[in-house]
Amino acid sequence: MTGPGPIDSVVLVKQVPDTHNVTSDAMTRDGTMNRNALPAIFNPEDLNALEMALQIRERHGGTVTVVTMGPPKAANILRDSLWRGADRVILLTDRRFAGADTLATSIALQKAVEKIGRYDLILAGRQAIDGDTAQVGPQTAEKLGIPQVTYVESVLEIADGRITAVRALDHGTEVVRCTLPCLLTVVGSANTPRPPSARRRMAQKLAATPAEYPSLLAAWPEFGTQEALAAYVRERDLEIPVWSADDIGAEAATIGLAGSPTQVHKVNFVVLESTETRTVEPTPDAIAAMVSELVHEYIVG
Amino acid sequence: MSEQTVNHATSTGGPVPDAATAGGPKAIWVFIEQVDGAIADVSMELVGRARELADPLGYAVVGILLGHEVNGLAPDVIARGADRVLVADHPELAHYRTLPYARVLIDEARRGRPEILLVGATPNGRDLAPRVASALRCGLTADCTDLQIGDHHIRRDDRTVKNLLFQIRPAFGGNLIATIVNPDTRPQMATVREGVMRMPDADPTRAGEIERLEPAFQPGDFALEVLDRRRRESTVRLKDAAVVVAGGAGIKDQAAFDALRELANLLGGEVGASRAAVDAGLIERDHQVGQTGTTVRPRLYIAAGISGAVQHRAGMAESSKIIAINTDPNAPMFQIAHYRIVGDAAKVVPMMIKALRERSAEDAPVWAAEDEEEGAADGAGGAATGASEGAAR
Repeated sequence: MTGPGPIDSVVLVKQVPDTHNVTSDAMTRDGTMNRNALPAIFNPEDLNALEMALQIRERHGGTVTVVTMGPPKAANILRDSLWRGADRVILLTDRRFAGADTLATSIALQKAVEKIGRYDLILAGRQAIDGDTAQVGPQTAEKLGIPQVTYVESVLEIADGRITAVRALDHGTEVVRCTLPCLLTVVGSANTPRPPSARRRMAQKLAATPAEYPSLLAAWPEFGTQEALAAYVRERDLEIPVWSADDIGAEAATIGLAGSPTQVHKVNFVVLESTETRTVEPTPDAIAAMVSELVHEYIVG
Repeated sequence: MSEQTVNHATSTGGPVPDAATAGGPKAIWVFIEQVDGAIADVSMELVGRARELADPLGYAVVGILLGHEVNGLAPDVIARGADRVLVADHPELAHYRTLPYARVLIDEARRGRPEILLVGATPNGRDLAPRVASALRCGLTADCTDLQIGDHHIRRDDRTVKNLLFQIRPAFGGNLIATIVNPDTRPQMATVREGVMRMPDADPTRAGEIERLEPAFQPGDFALEVLDRRRRESTVRLKDAAVVVAGGAGIKDQAAFDALRELANLLGGEVGASRAAVDAGLIERDHQVGQTGTTVRPRLYIAAGISGAVQHRAGMAESSKIIAINTDPNAPMFQIAHYRIVGDAAKVVPMMIKALRERSAEDAPVWAAEDEEEGAADGAGGAATGASEGAAR
């Protein structure tokens, strides 16, 4: 065998609340959190996974399909994926998917990938910033019965039905070679994701799910009717396909809350314990006095 | 125990029935991770915690140790609190690889039916645990910061399941603390960060059994080969540092971060960071403090421009003294801080450096001596060189 043919990739992405930028206005006085104050963003490491897939396509040819499971508004990150270069995007949305833990999520993703059918590589971000579990990638790989390569920082080679990749670990790196198909989880240091292209953005500004047509019509009243807009979107192949649980053949008992073995016993809002807090003014004298105090208390020095 | 109500309609796997229906003794299993023949601290910390959880329930504590030429490690697992150690010693297990390791754990968990299976939340542990949990169709909670035993009432079915593992972790970007349970699937699986549980003392007089396992690999288990392994000895000694100077989103550029390094050097400490600073590329990931980084308990923690999400605080809240510097007067970090400085860290940190420089001209020798003592007294961790080393960086 020689060099590989084209590589077909499926990228698993997630829309997440921007938990990294919890500002004080997102926190209420009693220490609870106002979730609505957080914008929904493209999970950062999923962008690295998409970029890796796009680079593989540039080198080897093939296709990049992006899949997300989420509420209807998760279509936003699929549009973003198209503008960054994805060939095809799919939204998994269904009330029955709601409340899924990582195991139930991996079953829905497995079914969706199996419906897509042919693939050489599955890529996903190492973890999502709303849960930080890093579980869905390995669980999806297990469900699909394919090997996983986690913490991938770079792909060195794809040849002879195998991929050679560098894994970034806490205390070093590992170069591994794995048979295709396999699932990669990608770390943030892997690459710098390309921005959405202006050209693609122009060409695909009307990419939308059918559920979005009413709001699209409000933005583009010149279409006159929703039917006319729908016809225009379909003609240009801009409709974002939406798959339900039935569409992917996922049994209700295996997905969403019903399919989740973990349950929340309780949730505590974080109420911070009050400490004896001394306010120190940000002036050289006050800082010097504080330093001196720390030294005298043998806390430093 | 409760009845199994989980419907596993899809093809492979299936939940593991609990030990009561199997007639065997109930047990808490701990995956004993070893790298190059040394057991990871977190594995022993988990053996210690498992012992504490098991005793009131009358459960056994079982370590499961995989590797090659690792039989000699088993007695130490017993000394730390295990009743039994299952050892899979095989050349294919010499270095961690997902599929061969998962094969052994999945097969043994199906056979031994543990109530609970704990795994350290190391990179390998976080790679292995979800693969195993997926095959066993059981619940898994990542990165727990506490484990307890308690009862859980399921309102929907109006039934109470007794003696469940409470898997406690920060959630939603660390703004909530969630207690997760797996009422109906076994084992109850959780990964736990290094350093959040106490390292148990070794008791060499403890008795226990060592049992050899015969792995039954399948050809597909060797889909991945490791071509090269580069171990980079981290020069970061956060875990045992006496002083940590950490920067976050409020540190905007490299120059401001360099000032933190200088302050850390002056104090004989280490530089830490919140994830925001790591993600911004200001510092390497092995400096990260928090739930997904290192847990630290220094004498002094300086949080410069770190707002203080629970995830970060989970890794540093037990510091003896905390100085918080932030421009936002409502930053959550101020609520656990002993010294509250509302201001720009880029200005305040140089003031601290200046104040220390002026002092150190007076009593530098005393400092060095103090640091030596601290390093020697704190020999429990792997990085015994501790505090004094940081000053040399």
